[in-house]
Amino acid sequence: MRHIISVLLENESGALSRVAGLFSARSFNIESLSVAPSEDESASRMTIVTSGNDDVIEQIVKQLDKLVDVIEVSEITSDEHIEREIAFVKIKDKSISKEMMDKFSKNEFLKIHTTNSDEIIIECVDSPEKINNFLDSVKKIAVKIVRSGSVGINSN
Amino acid sequence: MKQTIDNKQKYTGAEIFVKCLEAEGIDLVFGYPGGAVLHIYDELHKQNDVSHILVRHEQGAVHAAEGYAKSSDKPGVVLVTSGPGATNAITGIADAYMDSVPIVVFTGQVRTALIGNDAFQEVDTVGITRPCVKHNFMITDVSKMAETIKKAFYVATTGRPGPVVVDIPKDITEDKYEFNYPSKVSMRSYNPYTDISDESLELAAKNILSCKKPVIYAGGGVINSNASKELTEFAKYLNFPVTNTLMGLGCFPGNDPQFIQMLGMHGSYEANMAMHDCDLLIAVGARFDDRITGRLDKFSPDAKIIHIDVDPSSISKNIKAHIPIIGDVKAAINGLTKKIVEKKLKPNNIDEWWNNINEWRKKDSFRYKQGSEIIKPQYVIDRLYEITKGDAFITSDVGQHQMWAAQLYKFKKPKRWINSGGLGTMGFGLPSAMGTQFANPNSLVCCVTGEASIQMCIQELSTCLQYGLPIKIINLNNRYMGMVRQWQEFFYEKRYAMSYMDALPNFVKLAESFGHIGYKVEKPSDVDAAILEAIKQKDRLVFIDFITDQEENVFPMIATGAAHNKMILS
Ligand SMILES: Cc1ncc(C[n+]2csc(CCOP(=O)(O)OP(=O)(O)O)c2C)c(N)n1
Repeated sequence: MRHIISVLLENESGALSRVAGLFSARSFNIESLSVAPSEDESASRMTIVTSGNDDVIEQIVKQLDKLVDVIEVSEITSDEHIEREIAFVKIKDKSISKEMMDKFSKNEFLKIHTTNSDEIIIECVDSPEKINNFLDSVKKIAVKIVRSGSVGINSN
Repeated sequence: MKQTIDNKQKYTGAEIFVKCLEAEGIDLVFGYPGGAVLHIYDELHKQNDVSHILVRHEQGAVHAAEGYAKSSDKPGVVLVTSGPGATNAITGIADAYMDSVPIVVFTGQVRTALIGNDAFQEVDTVGITRPCVKHNFMITDVSKMAETIKKAFYVATTGRPGPVVVDIPKDITEDKYEFNYPSKVSMRSYNPYTDISDESLELAAKNILSCKKPVIYAGGGVINSNASKELTEFAKYLNFPVTNTLMGLGCFPGNDPQFIQMLGMHGSYEANMAMHDCDLLIAVGARFDDRITGRLDKFSPDAKIIHIDVDPSSISKNIKAHIPIIGDVKAAINGLTKKIVEKKLKPNNIDEWWNNINEWRKKDSFRYKQGSEIIKPQYVIDRLYEITKGDAFITSDVGQHQMWAAQLYKFKKPKRWINSGGLGTMGFGLPSAMGTQFANPNSLVCCVTGEASIQMCIQELSTCLQYGLPIKIINLNNRYMGMVRQWQEFFYEKRYAMSYMDALPNFVKLAESFGHIGYKVEKPSDVDAAILEAIKQKDRLVFIDFITDQEENVFPMIATGAAHNKMILS
């Protein structure tokens, strides 16, 4: 099963590689991983999307918690939560039909950026599921796809 | 001489380093000098509070520090230079990580301005050691030196102990700052002890009182938590059988009738059968490693499992615990003692279970037959046990000799059995004996080894001479990498690929050339005299080369992936 694990860790050099190293050393899956500053200047928050059965997830949480730089670990998928990801898709102007363009500009989750070449960039912020659907619809014409990986937060 | 310390006065990083060790109560450092740590060596040279032991290879320094830590209540300390000094130390660091040994390893590093430039003797020590340390630090500012060193000792020695590496660039040892050693540190991201849940203790107590076929399975965590006395009293009160892991030997007296011997791959028949048939398994400071469990789905199939450990990640990692008790082992046993012993509650009568166990015991699964011609390796351990009355410190290398020592030397006290369990590092025996002898200068320290293992850190014989360490080396010389040969005999139709030890040195002359005494013993009737004579040499190292039966095997044996009740007996 897919799980999102949120980790608050000290902003020490090497903290990120401790987490990444743990996943590879113990052959845990990483679907995506993102790190950025948090509400606390001296700590970063990392969101890891992983998959595994309950025993594996329990081990992942315990092993993360054991890392000396890790302040807090929570598995947020087991409770109510919001999850978002951002994706950019670069498309050649000429491969987009008029109808498609209309549809894109009406979709409130999409934003269209022009470039000074013959390409446009579509920005999409949504749940990974919706992003996957959107990307499926443009897969044939996309020149480049850039995804951020998920971030999530508990909402109860 | 202790000076009074002026808080405003500035000291170099190297001076601060030495003052920190002194303030931490460290009086012994094992190490080897080199460019990046020369400022530190210069400061060590100028004072007498912290002694430095010069080893002959950095691996030896780390194993010595491990032996020191495992046989005492103090952490081991290592100091090595950057680059090759650090990489030579890695095996020891990984060993300490696997066996949860509290050591702090200080590594020199190139100047901060050179880091990342592939400078002379630069390696990414923090990066290389990351997967095999409890934690590591690089000091990038001299103002952080004292606090970082304090944290290093704190992390290494608390919770589940382990190695901590502190990497110190050379310029940091020149920079100046005030000296202020913190008396305490706390780290919000590191909370080594969890409050023990009363609910889980209650549940455990209930199961302990209602079970019919219990086993206490105690490991190295009992020794690390100094809980041997508590565990022993608790087990004696309950009259429950106790088995030990390789790392736990000595945490319950090996000569006690309740002791059913070591368990696992080369454990006793009674221990493994009891593990298989029990209805309650009380795991204390043990981690269900694969050499213990064998086939996971056939492991203790009918048992409720109580698992006490300070490291939450050890619980339900390999085997699901029904009643996890997370916290310090000693505190947990005290908690159970309150709920059972102090209330004078009595468990069920388990006579029938003891009858089963005593039946299994009759197999006498560690037995061997000593004839009059060739020395059986087990016989040497038996005699060593009898002659030393089970009171010596025994370090060991890795292989058959290690298993025979574990099976037959009945350790009565904790911290007397010093071996490499998790990593299984050949070469551990001699340097760890040095550390053990330093920590216990007036005690008998014996290193049980094999002719292959001893050659892996043989250079330390020179260190032993320099510091007058009267270690007794018990070399069980079967002219084979015995453990490898045994597997080849069982699983590769006796194709002994590369396991014959050809071109062996003359160990007697080798010992003599290092300034020690050497004996060669070939007859069973000479075994006692050699051991007694060696012990008489109070201030000399004696190397006894016992020429033993070449093709003796370690029994019982559970093949990898087999169930506990599927043991190969002799
Ligand atoms: C550094 C290292 N290399 C290889 C091994 C694999 N290994 C395990 S036991 C063993 C043979 C040990 O032979 P010896 O020291 O003579 O002891 P014996 O088994 O004969 O008692 C080997 C090669 C190891 N444990 N450690």
